[in-house]
Amino acid sequence: MFAGFMTNAWIVGSIAAVVAGVVGFFVVVRGSAFVAHALPQSAFTGAAGASLLGISTVFGMGTFALASALGIAWLGKRGRHDVVTALTLVMLLGTGELFLSYKTEYAQAIYSLLFGEVLGVSANEVLPSAVVAGVAIVAVALMYRPLMLTSVLPDMGEARGVRSHRMEMLFLVVVALATTAAVPVVGALLMFSLMIGPPAASRCFTDSPLAAIALSVALALVTVWASLAIAYERNWPVGFLVGTIGAALYVIGRLWAAWRQAHTVRPGSVGLAPETAPAH
Amino acid sequence: MGPAEASGNLVSLDGISVWLSGHEVLRDVSFSVRPGEFTGLIGSNGAGKTTILRVILGLQEPTAGRVLVKGKAGARHNRSVGYVPQKVLIDPDLPLRARDVVGLGLDGHRFGLSTSSGVRRRRIEEMLGAVDAAGFADSRMGNLSGGEQQRVLIAHALIGQPELLLLDEPLANLDIASGHEIVELMRRVATEHHVAVLLSAHDMNPLLPAMERVVYVAAGRAASGTVDEVVRSEVLSELYGHPVTVLRVEGRILVVAGSHDQTEILASAPHWLERT
Ligand SMILES: Nc1ncnc2c1ncn2[C@@H]1O[C@H](COP(=O)(O)OP(=O)(O)O)[C@@H](O)[C@H]1O
Ligand SMILES: [Mg+2]
Repeated sequence: MFAGFMTNAWIVGSIAAVVAGVVGFFVVVRGSAFVAHALPQSAFTGAAGASLLGISTVFGMGTFALASALGIAWLGKRGRHDVVTALTLVMLLGTGELFLSYKTEYAQAIYSLLFGEVLGVSANEVLPSAVVAGVAIVAVALMYRPLMLTSVLPDMGEARGVRSHRMEMLFLVVVALATTAAVPVVGALLMFSLMIGPPAASRCFTDSPLAAIALSVALALVTVWASLAIAYERNWPVGFLVGTIGAALYVIGRLWAAWRQAHTVRPGSVGLAPETAPAH
Repeated sequence: MGPAEASGNLVSLDGISVWLSGHEVLRDVSFSVRPGEFTGLIGSNGAGKTTILRVILGLQEPTAGRVLVKGKAGARHNRSVGYVPQKVLIDPDLPLRARDVVGLGLDGHRFGLSTSSGVRRRRIEEMLGAVDAAGFADSRMGNLSGGEQQRVLIAHALIGQPELLLLDEPLANLDIASGHEIVELMRRVATEHHVAVLLSAHDMNPLLPAMERVVYVAAGRAASGTVDEVVRSEVLSELYGHPVTVLRVEGRILVVAGSHDQTEILASAPHWLERT
């Protein structure tokens, strides 16, 4: 299963996993799951529009995802974020359907963008995915500290001159990039689950943010690799496998966290003198 | 050199008025804070304490008047002011330790890759020690008690080496013992790090041992000075715009409405007596 046409699927699948693991960590921390649901949908609409115009699908996805990200960020400044996101989502789905109604012969290709079509990944999709994913990951690395500050302590960040709204805008652009890189392999509906399941599970296993990001990437890779292997063996849909394994990881994480809570005494309390504290 | 700097004030508010949605939230508020001074910002809920702090931080533009921080207008992005807001909610699911929160206070505003040097580690360690938080440095922030979180947030604000620390109701959700510990800590920190502290509270009693000056806020107006100068029946009656009486009972101060026979408590009361 490592031969021939599957090679591209393994490469693009791994790229999707890494970018979803990194970007998804902040999606979960910021409580932006709903936006992470809407942006892959907008990528789908963009792809439908691109196929109608006969231009590059990746270009169409990227343009629509970016426009939606900026739109949600801009409108969210005034109205409620969830309402704005929902309206954007509904509008995009409708537009996507309109695009499809005009050009039925591409319906199969567009369908695969919703649910993923790993076995059909072609060699010329690998490089654009890798480049866009690379840009998204470098962007997260560069904005890591202010992004964390505004995610956790927005008022304290504002007082130090870090504009929460500007960081939100930048972050949504990064989610749009991650989406563009990953949608061709896992599909719009399941890029979403890859950005939520592994990062949410990773939080249960460690208290350190950087360790949680590393673990999130590792779990996303395991999810994608296992999904591809099972899909190849059993001919089950990749999207189904990614969604199910992601959810299973989260349940395991929760159980582990509950077990750990019950079996550990927290080191240190108010009365504990600093010098008796564990040093590590 | 501006007049405020010449007079040695760290912060000075001069005739500040703030209108929000058609309401005059602050009216002609003037006071100043000198370096290293511990000031209590006292007033009941809705009096305007948070708005005053936001004006000093430059997060709220005043409708009239001016605010000078270190002799300069507009404190926004001024690294010499540290801030701990009133309500900080930390998700217990968040993988972030106390030491990470303090680290964000040091360089959380910077873009680019973090240099996790030994110097940085030592500074964080020192700061955790200074607020008696070394014992839970590696614990998840969301699992700490209110008092413990408050210490970590103070360390976050303090590690940037501000000259002024603004704390908005740090005692609001703490039990009495933890409240006393925080006040004691702030008094120590103010002296050791030579930081001026402006701390808001609806009850002035826990602050009495530490407070060098008081800014008393009522219905958007403020009076400032020492406790003995400000917390007097004449001054507060003038401030509230109706007669109030200041009572001292067993070392505690109570401010009640009307003259002696009426006992409606306005501020400085225990929680169970507080007006809603
Ligand atoms: N954005 C706003 N719009 C309208 N009124 C506001 C706004 N923010 C605060 N207020 C009002 O200003 C008054 C002072 O608020 P605040 O400074 O938060 O008081 P405190 O911190 O002393 O409880 C309150 O009456 C409050 O309702
Ligand atoms: Mg307040």
